[in-house]
Amino acid sequence: MSMVRVLVGTRKGAFILTSDAKRARWEVSGPLFGGWELYHLQGAPADPQRLYASQSSGWFGQQIQRSNDGGQTWAPVGNAFVYDGDPGTHQWYDGTPRPWEFKRIWHLEPSLTDPDTVYAGAEDAALFRSTDGGQTWQELPGLRRVQGHLWQPGAGGMCLHTIVLDPSHPSRIFLAISAAGTFRSDDAGQTWQPINRGLRSEGIPNPTAEVGHCVHRIAMHPSRPHVLFMQKHWDVMRSDDAGESWHEVSGDLPTDFGFPIAIHAHEPDTIYVVPITSDAYHYPPEGKLRVYRSRMGGTEWEALTRGLPQRDCYVNVLRDAMAVDTLDPCGVYFGTTGGQIYGSVDAGDSWTPIVRDLPPVLSVEAQTLP
Amino acid sequence: MIRIVLPTHLRTLARVEGEVQLDVESPVTQRAVLDALEAHYPMLCGTIRDHVTQRRRAFVRFFACEQDLSHAALDAPLPDAVVTGAEPLLIVGAMAGG
Repeated sequence: MSMVRVLVGTRKGAFILTSDAKRARWEVSGPLFGGWELYHLQGAPADPQRLYASQSSGWFGQQIQRSNDGGQTWAPVGNAFVYDGDPGTHQWYDGTPRPWEFKRIWHLEPSLTDPDTVYAGAEDAALFRSTDGGQTWQELPGLRRVQGHLWQPGAGGMCLHTIVLDPSHPSRIFLAISAAGTFRSDDAGQTWQPINRGLRSEGIPNPTAEVGHCVHRIAMHPSRPHVLFMQKHWDVMRSDDAGESWHEVSGDLPTDFGFPIAIHAHEPDTIYVVPITSDAYHYPPEGKLRVYRSRMGGTEWEALTRGLPQRDCYVNVLRDAMAVDTLDPCGVYFGTTGGQIYGSVDAGDSWTPIVRDLPPVLSVEAQTLP
Repeated sequence: MIRIVLPTHLRTLARVEGEVQLDVESPVTQRAVLDALEAHYPMLCGTIRDHVTQRRRAFVRFFACEQDLSHAALDAPLPDAVVTGAEPLLIVGAMAGG
C-alpha cells in the first residue's frame, strides 16, 4: 500500500509526517536538528529514501544533512559553498554596491535521475551543484553573469529560492530569485537567460525591466513542462512558452499578493495559491485563511475554506510551504507561520490540520512512496 | 591535552558530550586548536570560522581564564593554563536574537 511522507522545515528544526494512503492518521516525528533553521528538506526522485536537508543558523552557519534511509538517520555532508572567483558586488537596498556574501541555502533540488546530483539555491543568490551526494559543491557562476551586479535583495534577502528541473529536456533548468526574477538555462546551468518578459512590477525604476522582479515562486507540471505558473510579489502569472513570455492570470482573486503556488498532480490546469493581504500586511485578508484554486489555469478562482480558520487568522504561508502528493485524489499540504500543517485529501475541497503547534513553517514537501 | 567547551548546537552536530579533548602540537594557538578541532570533527568546518577567510563568525566568541580572547591574534599563544589543560578554551555562541 502506498504511503505519504511530508517533510517539514521550520524555524526550529525539521519534522517528518507519515501516513498510509488514506491520509487519515498521521505520525509526527521530530524535531530533527532542533533549534536550527531548516529552510528546506527534499527527497530525490530517483531514490525517495535519499533525503537532503538545509540546516542553518545565524550563529554557526550552514550545514547540509543527508539521509539514505528516508529520514531515520542523518549525517552532515559538505557545507563549503564558495563562490566561483571574485563574485564582485550586487546592489544593496539603497542601490549602493554590496559584496556578494554567502548566508544560507534556501532550496535543495535533487536531480530527476541521479540521487547523488543535487542543486542548491543560495542567499546571496547563486546556484550550486553537487554530484557526489552533497559532499562537495561547485557554483554554476554563469547565472551571476546575467546582470548580477544589478540584482537587489527582496525583503527576505537576495535568495535563490526556486529550482525547477524539466523532465522532458534534461539540460533545462528554471529558477527564481528575489528580487532579480526568473531565469532559464538550456545547457545544464552553464549559461542563463532572464525570462521575465511580460512581468510588470511597480516600485522598481523600470516596471518592465529585464531583471529586478520580485518573483516569489514558480511551478511546473511534469506532463507539460513548457507551461509555468508564477506567484509574483504582486500578480499571479502564466507562461505557455517556457518562460519566453508571461501573462497575468490573477483574475478574480481577492488579492494577488502571496508566496506559494502549486499544481494538482493529475490536472495540470488546476493550481493553488494562498492570497495574502499585501506586502505591508503579511496575513490573509479579513482574518480568513483561504486557499484559492483555479481549474482552468488561472483567471477564475474559487475559495477553498472548509476546515480552514475563517476568523481571527493572521498567519502567513511562505513560498516553499505548499506541496502535493501524487495519490488519487490528489493530496495538498501547506504549512503556516503559526506552526500548523494543513492537509487535504480531496484536492483542496476540505482541509484538516495534521499538526497545529510546530515552530513557524518554512517549507513543506510531500513524497508519495510505493 | 587541550580542553575545549563547545556550545550546545555544535556539541550536537559533532555528536560529543561534555568537553572535547585534543592533542595539539606546540605552539598552542587559536589557529592550531581550531585546525585540530576541525580535523577531528570535519562537520564543524565553517561553523566557528569562515571556510575561506578563516575569520571567526560574528556570533562566536572565544574565552579562557576569564579573558575574552576573541580579538587576540590567531597565532598568539593561548594562556599557559589552557596549554596545560588546567583551564578549557570556551567557544561560545553569543546570546543574541530570540
